Amino acid sequence: MASRGRAPARWRRVSVYAAFLIGALVSLWVPLYNRVDPSIAGIPFFYWFQILWIVVLAVVTAIAYRLGV
Amino acid sequence: MNWTATTVFVLLFLLVTVMGFVAARWRPGDLNRLDEWGLAGRRFGTVVTWFLLGGDLYTAYTLIAVPALVFGAGALGFFAVPYTLLVYPFVFLVFPRLWSVSHRHGYITASDFVAGRFGSRTLSLAVALTGMFATLPYIALQLVGIEVVIAGLGFHAHGFVGDLPLVIAFAILAAYTYSSGLRAPALIALVKDMLIYLTVIVAIIVIPIHLGGYGAIFRAIPRDKLLLAPPSGGNLGAYSAYTTLALGSALALFLYPHAVTGLLSARSRKVIKRNMALLPTYSVALALIAVLGYMAFAAHVATNPSYAPYFQRYGPNFAVPALILDQFPSWFVGVAFAAIAIGALVPAAIMSIAASNLFTRNVYRDWFHKSLGGAAEARVAKNVSLILKLGALAFIIFLPTKYAIQLQLLGGIWIIQTLPALVGGLFTRWFHAKALTAGWLVGMVVGTAMAATQQFQSSIYALHVGDLTVPGYAALYSVVLNFLVVGAGTLLLDLVGARRGTDETTPEDYLLERDEVPAAGGVDAEPDVIM
Repeated sequence: MASRGRAPARWRRVSVYAAFLIGALVSLWVPLYNRVDPSIAGIPFFYWFQILWIVVLAVVTAIAYRLGV
Repeated sequence: MNWTATTVFVLLFLLVTVMGFVAARWRPGDLNRLDEWGLAGRRFGTVVTWFLLGGDLYTAYTLIAVPALVFGAGALGFFAVPYTLLVYPFVFLVFPRLWSVSHRHGYITASDFVAGRFGSRTLSLAVALTGMFATLPYIALQLVGIEVVIAGLGFHAHGFVGDLPLVIAFAILAAYTYSSGLRAPALIALVKDMLIYLTVIVAIIVIPIHLGGYGAIFRAIPRDKLLLAPPSGGNLGAYSAYTTLALGSALALFLYPHAVTGLLSARSRKVIKRNMALLPTYSVALALIAVLGYMAFAAHVATNPSYAPYFQRYGPNFAVPALILDQFPSWFVGVAFAAIAIGALVPAAIMSIAASNLFTRNVYRDWFHKSLGGAAEARVAKNVSLILKLGALAFIIFLPTKYAIQLQLLGGIWIIQTLPALVGGLFTRWFHAKALTAGWLVGMVVGTAMAATQQFQSSIYALHVGDLTVPGYAALYSVVLNFLVVGAGTLLLDLVGARRGTDETTPEDYLLERDEVPAAGGVDAEPDVIM
């Protein structure tokens, strides 16, 4: 049935949008990461967190692609 | 003169020159057609598109200017990271629609789409001119990248002889772009990107070993540069600047004609979507390149007397070349400098192709030569691409570099004004073309005025909201105003019962995949090859 096929598609779409939105808000909310500690191997939080966040959003995008959104 | 470095540099340059000319025979097509010359027949698969877009968007100027900003201003320069992180989800959600509708109707430029969607030649012209004027200084800035590394190789002559290497590099670029079209930068991008990745990986391993580890590098950075200054006294300061720069730049990037050209040359929607998950690799590389600015700082290159004349001439833009000269053996200096110089050729070629597509289609054909098509259209585009590059070259040789930098900064503010028409148009037909044109004009004027208050030195404008001062990217502020004008104008035009222009697209056009489309360009479905 069409309605049964559509509902999960919509659910997938909404969760991908939500994940993108949260990812974007985190990367734009400076007070969250504008700090030195905790640092990793001498690299302040400000720097490693934002680099890590690139990877996180890339994974979300890959999942979105897999889900066919 | 650094002979070892120069030899390696010249050899790599010769390699890409040969590749540029051979590219004409790569997946042969009739180069006398504009979609073959200017979009390489819309046939690029995932891998080529990844190299092409990566080579196109992460320009030589970016590779020089981002670490230069980190070197000079510190943490603020890192806005390039949230910027290039935000851009891909945005493109993932929005731009496959542009690919589909363009494939269906044979659009080659964003202006083609706007004309088809809103039935307005005026709006389409506005979009085309904005794209051209935003791109031209960008092409000129690529030359600055080449200029800086040629100087770094120890080429000291002044006057005509001093400009000669630049002229030769650009003449070669112009020749193979003319003959091979988009295929040339696509093929060269493979070499460019591999050299860039090689340089970055070697740099982030070798330089910290020389400098005593990452801890030592970051400890050498003054505390006030290491983090963004927190808001104080009702001024959001660096916080709002950082956020708005990231968001505004992310929204603007794929409005640039060279980005649209890269997208439209993909063979399917799928290729674009897949690449949005793969392109962040370049963002990671860019973040690491940004950190090179700190490495340059920690290596004290600015106070090293042997680089003093270069810093005097090129400012912080010499930070990375100086770091490379300081830390690497000559032969690797040649590799790294070639990466930067070749990194200038790829975007410069694509930008000139994109801008000449715009001129040919949306200015010359639409306004002066209605019947233009086929081989004549491609011929005009090829010639225009030559003229554009000549113009960029003259700009850099005869005018101070700072004008190109200021114009490129303005270009970012200008190009974002096409957001309501292009991105808005991909989702809704509600906007009136006249309202979009009015919003565009208001955004252009206000955005330019905001930059003028900063003497065109900075695109950060201090907005006052009550007692609060919110310094932010003028592009973002002005495009918000643009949207407000578009919304109000559309309501008003609806109120007086004004008619909308003809829309030649249907809602299904925006969702079609390659195989579902009777391609307007005449190229039909072929096996899904990955290259």
